Amino acid sequence: MNNVDPVKTLQAKFPDALRAVDEKSASRVYVSIDPAKVTDVARFLFEDLGARFIISTCVETRAGMEILHHFSFDSMGVIISLRAVVPMPEPRIDSIAPIIDGAEYIEREIMDLFGVEFVGHPNPVRFLLADDWPEGVYPYRKEYEDKYPYRTEEELEEVRDKVRKRGTK
Amino acid sequence: MSNLTRWGLKKSPWAFHLNTGSCNNCDIEILDALTPKYDVERFGITLIGSPRHADVLLVTGVVTLQTLPRVLRVYEQVAKPCLVVAIGACACSCGIFDGSYHVVGPLDKIIPVDVYVPGCPPKPEGIIDGVVKGLAKL
Amino acid sequence: MKTTIPVGPYHPLIEEPELFRVVVEGERVVDIDWRTSFMHRGIEKIAENKTYDQIVFLVERICGICSTSHPIAFCQAVEDITGTRIPDRAKYIRSVVAELERIHSHLLWFGLAGHYIGYHTVWMWSWKYRELVCDLFERISGNRQSYAMIKPGGVRQDIKPSEYKGIMAAMDELEPKINMFIGAVLDDPVILARLKGVGNLSREDAIKRCTVGPVARSAGVDIDVRRDFPYAAYDLVDWKVITHEGGDVFAMAVVRLLEMLESVKIIRQCIDQMPEGPIIEEILEVLPGEGIGTEEAPRGECFHYVRSNGTKVPDRVKVRAPTYSNLPSFRSRFTGERVADIMIILASIDPCYCCTNRVIRIEDGRSVQTFDEKSMLEMSWERTRALEKSLSHTSGRLLKL
Repeated sequence: MNNVDPVKTLQAKFPDALRAVDEKSASRVYVSIDPAKVTDVARFLFEDLGARFIISTCVETRAGMEILHHFSFDSMGVIISLRAVVPMPEPRIDSIAPIIDGAEYIEREIMDLFGVEFVGHPNPVRFLLADDWPEGVYPYRKEYEDKYPYRTEEELEEVRDKVRKRGTK
Repeated sequence: MSNLTRWGLKKSPWAFHLNTGSCNNCDIEILDALTPKYDVERFGITLIGSPRHADVLLVTGVVTLQTLPRVLRVYEQVAKPCLVVAIGACACSCGIFDGSYHVVGPLDKIIPVDVYVPGCPPKPEGIIDGVVKGLAKL
Repeated sequence: MKTTIPVGPYHPLIEEPELFRVVVEGERVVDIDWRTSFMHRGIEKIAENKTYDQIVFLVERICGICSTSHPIAFCQAVEDITGTRIPDRAKYIRSVVAELERIHSHLLWFGLAGHYIGYHTVWMWSWKYRELVCDLFERISGNRQSYAMIKPGGVRQDIKPSEYKGIMAAMDELEPKINMFIGAVLDDPVILARLKGVGNLSREDAIKRCTVGPVARSAGVDIDVRRDFPYAAYDLVDWKVITHEGGDVFAMAVVRLLEMLESVKIIRQCIDQMPEGPIIEEILEVLPGEGIGTEEAPRGECFHYVRSNGTKVPDRVKVRAPTYSNLPSFRSRFTGERVADIMIILASIDPCYCCTNRVIRIEDGRSVQTFDEKSMLEMSWERTRALEKSLSHTSGRLLKL
């Protein structure tokens, strides 16, 4: 795949799915796509063009939750980031974890921190936050109100009691 | 505590190292103290694998939400008297992580601390100095 | 009959609290599960209230061992937004600091790996030479770890010409020692028996699981950020990417040891060619935009994404440490391996869990029987002793320390 221009190939293969292509520099390209087509485009980049999946990023914006999937073409020195915006208040997008093994943890992390649902994820259980972190509270959302856990002496004493009762096996 | 126990404690303290959520700098400096350059073993200080026999608890890290119950459990397990040493800026004061939603510390909110060794990370000499000063206090 | 062996948290060998649950049948591993939210400190959220300059100090403390990698990747992400080209002298200084860190990290790993398989003197000696590098850092930057050398737009502190001689002398002292470690590893039949064929990862799996760094390169995947996305002074000096086709723990040891020699080569050239000039191109404001910075940390590709909104603080900072991408390879590495080899395979990817503070998987919670954690280490050492007996070889004989 050395002489293939990945951006032009993408544009030719998915003329409807691609909404905008922003070539910020020779090594940084941001491609905005229709969220419904994320699995098709990701599969094409990973399986057909042989890109390496780096990681995903989630950013909350006024337009909704922006999910970015970053792919690297190491031999060409280009990182292509797919950008898909999904609306609030219940952001939802298809999971790429069934296609790309390396995406499993980051999608679960985004589920924990931002509350985005990744439809079709093989193992959508809590990943990052502590066992007793309350459900439905997403600390990276802009609406999150700071609640420092166990800041008062009373709350700490509650945990100490629990530990004492459990014993020190 | 009898004078014999006090003498026994000061002579060969066993240390248990507890990481409550640190970046690992302090933990590496603690292990460094065992290497030939600093060689705390010649003072009889050894790292042990279980908290039950520990005379000294070397604690690093901010105490995250997930480590909180385990820190308390280890403290219950340790035979008293035990010297608790908070090593590094995180254990002393949470450092730059203060205010995070997943951080419960600093350590002295959770368990009583006898010695504070500040630094990010503190040098092995500083850690040894802190432990020795604390042992003298006992 | 399946047995679950918990390793950690607070396993004395692995400094970070990390819980692995290994499911075994008889002597062989059938599955591995892990959980680590112990290190999660919410760094990305904290970064949203810090200025760009302050964030460098924050990301430096994601992980103590990669403490230059994260600042370089972050600063490159900011420079990607602003389009800043850093001065040449700053490029060389960044390379010197990054390569010194690579040497110190690989020596650290080498010592621990030796300790895990029962070569205790290896730990003491490789950490002793690591002290050379720590002392060098203390002279150049003022601190043994967390050097605070990097700043968006260049570097924060200069490497004074009076330090050049000391750096070259340290390289002269380190190089023969590294060669000795290489010779010892390649020629010791017990090490070969312990590490060859253990924790295998095929090239296809390495690509499929998106691994990076020495883990990928030891399975024949030829990727290295320093060559593929050149930054700092790597395209201005002569060096080569080290790969190996083995895919096992032995291959990873060889790759890391040879990389140290390349690092020595790079540092010498950087000091020789160090140009005069400024060390910083001040960034006075960061306009709205987004940027990506990548850097080859000792463990692999370190990736930072930054979104700015024109204010003094960023909108979003995303950090992906290399171990995050390497942990999925455990699925391939562990199956069918002996229990006695669990420790060395766990250690072989050189995991930096504090970088990966978020890698978690919920355990299934059912355990039939548990083993003492200390016995895991003793199992590993027992295996080495058994191999020594069968091969009639004394460990460390070739290490002329």
